[in-house]
Amino acid sequence: MAKYLLLKHYRGAPAPVNDVPMDQWTPEEISAHMQYMHDFAARLEKTGEFVDGQALAPEGTFVRYDGEGRPPVTDGPFAETKDLIAGWMVIDVDSYERAVELAGELSAAPGAGGKPIHEWLEVRPFLAAPPTITE
Amino acid sequence: MNEALLRSLTPSVLAILVRRGADFAAAEDAVQDALVEAVRVWPADPPRDAKGWLVTVAWRRFLDATRAEAARRRREDLVDEEPAPGPVPSVDDTLQLYFLCAHPSLTPSSAVALTLRAVGGLTTRQIAQAYLVPEATMAQRISRAKRTVSGVRFDQPGDVATVLRVLYLVFNEGYSGDVDLAAEAIRLTRRLAAAIDHPEVAGLLALMLLHHARRASRTAPDGSLVPLAEQDRGRWDTGSIAEGVEILQAALARDRLGEFQAQAAIAALHADAPTAEETDWVQIVEWYDELTGLTDSPVVRLNRAVAVGEADGPRAGLAALSALDDSLPRHTAVAAYLHERDGDLATAARLYAEAARKAHDLAERDHLTRQAARLNTRRRR
Repeated sequence: MAKYLLLKHYRGAPAPVNDVPMDQWTPEEISAHMQYMHDFAARLEKTGEFVDGQALAPEGTFVRYDGEGRPPVTDGPFAETKDLIAGWMVIDVDSYERAVELAGELSAAPGAGGKPIHEWLEVRPFLAAPPTITE
Repeated sequence: MNEALLRSLTPSVLAILVRRGADFAAAEDAVQDALVEAVRVWPADPPRDAKGWLVTVAWRRFLDATRAEAARRRREDLVDEEPAPGPVPSVDDTLQLYFLCAHPSLTPSSAVALTLRAVGGLTTRQIAQAYLVPEATMAQRISRAKRTVSGVRFDQPGDVATVLRVLYLVFNEGYSGDVDLAAEAIRLTRRLAAAIDHPEVAGLLALMLLHHARRASRTAPDGSLVPLAEQDRGRWDTGSIAEGVEILQAALARDRLGEFQAQAAIAALHADAPTAEETDWVQIVEWYDELTGLTDSPVVRLNRAVAVGEADGPRAGLAALSALDDSLPRHTAVAAYLHERDGDLATAARLYAEAARKAHDLAERDHLTRQAARLNTRRRR
């Protein structure tokens, strides 16, 4: 088993095929989308592949250490050009192919007009712990 | 196996150990061990005297743990002999536990965790699940909290207001995992109300009951939020409402108004309206005025602007809103709502979308996005 992070972006990913902001959908289309996402996570729980999923607010700040006795330096809110993560799902699957297959399904969530959004999701493998047996 | 009974005995068993001279942190650990043991043993072998059983087992656990410690010699005098069962702890003992667990030296998250464990009798695992953190994290939070209050004398009087704030936090967390924190908060507030005669304790209990009564109608089957005006009032729990109103009226009659009583009065006026249209908004505005005088909280002023919008029309609401800082949470959502009531759907839709971007929780964000979508869909038709 290997863990993968599926990342959804507010900004920074290529534009999806069905690129309409959610507030321009109909309420029914929003409900259908929510239902799809909910069912997807529930199905992965059933197959034993779901680990965690969280959504992030679109606001954020860069912070760094500024030396002994000084408060941290902050830089933000994020500039409009910054890559902005909207949320993630962590899955634990048997292969990279399975991770890609699931990301593809998630990207097919319905959007405006009830058609798939074709949203670009980022698939990132976790760096695993070293195996117990190495030789 | 009656878990409710078991948990209701927790604070008094803990109080007995502390009265016998056990320090709070060690006594609390011992009581947790005894609860776990009870869950294991009672189903097959239920005790005749549940509380006596718990006291005996907890006290033995405490002695075992204390003997095992390096500082054993110092404590030998204390633990040499098991004392005769102490007097039944008075109501005051339970009250002191509430004060200790909500002690002002604790951070809010620590006070909440300690209250749920030491007063509520929940296990660390249950509390961790409810707050969606790893069990080891919650265990550390609780043990740090216990160290923080370990120097506090058990007989010092506490401040009821700090206890109420902690219980209010627990109630607002709602429920996740297998523990219903709202119901747990009501149970603990009910016990507190029985232990101390204080109108604000009654006010908080009434507020919780009145809000809890509406819970079933607050979310749609798909999990989305249903605003108050659209809730199916037939699904409100009338028993809970009646109890809340009765408790509130008795508290108000004592003429020592506080913020929880005022909030409960507003909740009672909502509960009292057979339909959303029949809500007595004029009286609600008056209660918000009282509340503003008591707390001067910007959040209260924001809610007052909504009530003014209902009582005197959306323009009056927008005027009240314009006096407030627009960086307040939900300010944009309130503005959107009032503009919609005023018939300016384009502005309302834009503000709902903006409010969704600023929302602090997922259900609220989804709700506001839907509101924007609803208005945009209507405008296109």
